[in-house]
Amino acid sequence: MSAAAEILVPGKTGEGEALVLTAPISFWGGVDPKTGRIADVRHPQHGEVISGRVLFLPGTIGSSSASAVLMELVHNGRAPAALVLHEPDAILLLGLIVAREMGWETPMAVRLGRDVFETFRGTSVKIGEDGDLAVAA
Amino acid sequence: MSLALSPEEQAIAAGRDGAAMAMRIVAESARLLGAPRLIRIASAHIDGALYHGDSGTLFAERLVEGGAKVAVRATLNVGALDLMGCSRIRLEEPQRGMARRMMEAYRKLGCEQSWTCAPYQAGHRPAQGSDVAWGESNAVVFCNSVLGARTNRYGDFLDIACAITGRAPDYGLHRPENRRARLVFEVSGLSPSFLASEIAWPVLGSLYGREVGNAVGVVTGVAGHPGEDALKAFGAAAASSGAVGLFHIAGVTPEAPDVETILAGPEPEAVIRVTRQMVAKARSGLSTAAAAKAIDAVAIGSPHLSSTEFEMLERLIAGRRLAVPIYACTGRHVLGLLERDGRRNRLEASGVVIVADTCVVVTPIMPELAGGVLMTNSGKFAHYAPGNTGYAVLYASLADCVESAIAGKPLFTDIAA
Repeated sequence: MSAAAEILVPGKTGEGEALVLTAPISFWGGVDPKTGRIADVRHPQHGEVISGRVLFLPGTIGSSSASAVLMELVHNGRAPAALVLHEPDAILLLGLIVAREMGWETPMAVRLGRDVFETFRGTSVKIGEDGDLAVAA
Repeated sequence: MSLALSPEEQAIAAGRDGAAMAMRIVAESARLLGAPRLIRIASAHIDGALYHGDSGTLFAERLVEGGAKVAVRATLNVGALDLMGCSRIRLEEPQRGMARRMMEAYRKLGCEQSWTCAPYQAGHRPAQGSDVAWGESNAVVFCNSVLGARTNRYGDFLDIACAITGRAPDYGLHRPENRRARLVFEVSGLSPSFLASEIAWPVLGSLYGREVGNAVGVVTGVAGHPGEDALKAFGAAAASSGAVGLFHIAGVTPEAPDVETILAGPEPEAVIRVTRQMVAKARSGLSTAAAAKAIDAVAIGSPHLSSTEFEMLERLIAGRRLAVPIYACTGRHVLGLLERDGRRNRLEASGVVIVADTCVVVTPIMPELAGGVLMTNSGKFAHYAPGNTGYAVLYASLADCVESAIAGKPLFTDIAA
């Protein structure tokens, strides 16, 4: 199984277990920047860790400090292996853009239709240089 | 439509210094937002100097090392420390040192040491119709709605990058067609005495934010100008319960002399008729500790208190001694006035803890207290205090907050909607 995705922010290729979120998330207050754990008790995936995962995001909400949390995750080595978004989120992705400017290694962010997210649930996903997603053998 | 940079912008972005880094950040954001070009801005208000982790400090210091300076007037929002030394911040090392380095880096970039979330009451008031890049949700909504200047919600990193380049992506609320109202929020069904009361505006703001989300709406049925502090409270509450960046009030705010002028089409897409029941529900929703028998503290000043609000506070306390502290958050622009005429001493002698440059929900100030109860007259504090401080909250008018602080237990005056 594979899907062609558009690169939103370039970064390193990666592989990780898929984490498909079922509700939008606020990174500020919702994700612990030190551990990558989803800290928002109201979020359906509360307690899951996003670090090293291929993170499928149905949307983000809340504070404009989301970028600061994502950059802090990158800096602490706790970033996801890749971010998959339904539409570009300029505030969140700014965290990757600035981290790249700092010369830190960042995961790739790609755009993919939300209807395809579910097909990757429970799989290990590989992101290629062209941004395409494939289920790892 | 793809982004087109001018030759000058391209030349700046191709450099190796701090200005180049800032230009690339603004351009990359513009590309993601689908903006066709960058526009010049007249000023900025920077929310990025609040410490969330070391990476933000390192970013600001990289800009300083690269020789970057802000190209336009740039005021600073709150930091994590009270540099005026009014209150004790419980932030430990090494975070404390990194927070201080961050504040210092933003000073070196040429930002004004305003350290307030109410820059618009500290002399930073851009002209109506001018484009600016402001951060901090309450400042953004006040700037757009009450001043009529044009800004989107600029978050961490992009705010300072815009200030250094003097430019912002051309999209969203910078474009006049996106500033027209699509919804009507009709309050004429509420009693004039409620609308004239101090609690009306934070409660209505909280309800408005939840009802409209990120859409632009116009409030109708307001008889006269409720005063700037009321609009400040309304906007702050609306921006915490929803993603409100701009509201209009017919006959009050500058872009809405009347409903017809500001509506996007001949008819609104929806009319929200506010009932007394909706107000009662919104008001009780601001409290999470309705059954509390005692309170541990009162917090006011989100957004930061104006001099006028301090006068009200002093009048209500009337020289009495408080049983629990009132944390009164403000900027140094007001602190100077309080010190000049002895008001700071009088307030502190009563038991008021003045907090300057920062506030009680963004940095640890209040003691850690399991089961603590905080009373507030701020819709924004009511929204953020439970998550950020661990205190349960009780929402009340300033007068009730003062009487409760003197008694050490919640006292409410009934104000019917």
